[in-house]
Amino acid sequence: MHIHLADQYHPGSGWLHQLDPRVKVIICLGFILTASGLPPGSWLSLAGLFLIALGAAWSSGLGATFALRRSLIALPFALAALTLPFTTPGERLLEWPALGLAVSRPGLIRAGSLLLRAWLAVQAAALLLGTTRFRELLWALESVGVPAMIVSLLGLTYRYLFLLADEALHMLRARRARSAGGRGPGMRWRAGAAGGMLGTLFLRALDRSQRVHAAMLSRGYDGRARILQTRRLLPSDTWALTLAFAGYGGLIAAALMAA
Amino acid sequence: MFLSPAAMHIPDGFLSLPVALVGWGLTLALLAAALRRANAPSQLPFMGVLAAFIFAAQAINFPVAAGTSGHLIGAALAAILLGPWQGMLAMTAVVSVQALVFQDGGLLALGWNLFNMGALACFAGDWIYRRLGALQGRRAPAAAFLAGWLSVMAAATATSLQLAASGTVAPQLVLPAMLGVHALIGVGEGLLTAGAVAFLRAAQPTALARPAGTFADRRTAYLLLGLGLALLLTPLASGFPDGLERVAERFAFDANARALGIGLLRDYALPGVSNPALAAALAVALGAALLAGVGWLLARALARADS
Repeated sequence: MHIHLADQYHPGSGWLHQLDPRVKVIICLGFILTASGLPPGSWLSLAGLFLIALGAAWSSGLGATFALRRSLIALPFALAALTLPFTTPGERLLEWPALGLAVSRPGLIRAGSLLLRAWLAVQAAALLLGTTRFRELLWALESVGVPAMIVSLLGLTYRYLFLLADEALHMLRARRARSAGGRGPGMRWRAGAAGGMLGTLFLRALDRSQRVHAAMLSRGYDGRARILQTRRLLPSDTWALTLAFAGYGGLIAAALMAA
Repeated sequence: MFLSPAAMHIPDGFLSLPVALVGWGLTLALLAAALRRANAPSQLPFMGVLAAFIFAAQAINFPVAAGTSGHLIGAALAAILLGPWQGMLAMTAVVSVQALVFQDGGLLALGWNLFNMGALACFAGDWIYRRLGALQGRRAPAAAFLAGWLSVMAAATATSLQLAASGTVAPQLVLPAMLGVHALIGVGEGLLTAGAVAFLRAAQPTALARPAGTFADRRTAYLLLGLGLALLLTPLASGFPDGLERVAERFAFDANARALGIGLLRDYALPGVSNPALAAALAVALGAALLAGVGWLLARALARADS
């Protein structure tokens, strides 16, 4: 199975796994909002956020490098941000007049802060998704205000995702098996063949959706998904939320004082 | 194989906070409009399975030239097969699951990602597909090709503008780079969309025969999409590098916010503290206490919802 079909969930029983999913969603969003809102050059506060992420990963038994591994996904965007030192006007630190290039101090600060905050945000999301099952995440999203229809839609999509992706992979394997390494007469022909696979997959999905709907109706589906709530907020959840936000508040205040 | 075009799913951190929040506002308005129109829960299984189809369809590729392959984002195909509003909802599910399960794209950036790949790409594809009279049938594959290409280009343009408005990259760099790359990716998208439509026209024409909606159906979407693009262009028109931040500065918003933050800490909360180190420590403690209170109130609200 290809890497992109690998669910980011990582089984475990550390305190992050035990934490109420709603609390985890709020803490994670708070982290990303804090990271995105810090003014450029707030190195101390960014370092504080990094320590929070590192500490959370380490103390919950995921290992300190767990969240770091996903950081590469932002690479194409990081390359875009690397142009900032050259395009931002300001005090020049380095110059290559022959090439018409110059590195400016504000540009360097800006690019550095941006890359750091992006890197931190990726880690926060990796910790949330790595310790929360999708089912729990959906429940958390619904209880923090995401419309029930969207949540049901996401749940259904997730349920049939792997099934249909498998069907697509079977088709690809069949094509490879029949084409014996050949590529066909031309690009238009190849696109037509791939389009035919898409169309077939669509018809099968359409057919399946009708069977799924009939099966749901026969089991009493009336348009509402009922979720069995088994989780109640514990005192430890309240503590985690309060402490995390206290940390964000201190880091924001520190950044504002320095600005 | 599952190489989704990464340069479309913006990760967190690359959008500035105001830009990201504006994106969420627009996307929530679009989603509310879409949910009002698709207000039939009986369609949920249909849309869920078809969103999973779009996701799976992104796996199907074909070799274009040495080393590269054409593959799908799927917005135009979703709009053609389901109609623009339902296609947008299906794409919303696809892009959200990509962010929430596979971590493709950020959470704060999800607002704009849904706007680009969900709403904008679907309505752009739908617009040109109907424009070219594709519902009559004969011209359907050609129209589907253009719909696929345009949907990718529209989404790439919007993505570039968001990055530029956030001050992440200069617009004169990101626009040619993104549009250049996606002009080619769009050809793959177009060919696949056209191939699928041609196949369905032969195999099961009823699958393509969705009722042609009136303009009124789409006016809300066009308004919100236009508003979003206009908001993105305003800071760029006022000059790089700082985009929205420069606009904020012009209205003295930034200065006020900063003065408010420091003023609160220096003049009101800390009267008579002359030692700067002590003042800083007190300010940090005050900020921590303030947000700790917010966190505690949120926890209280959750606990109340439980009982």
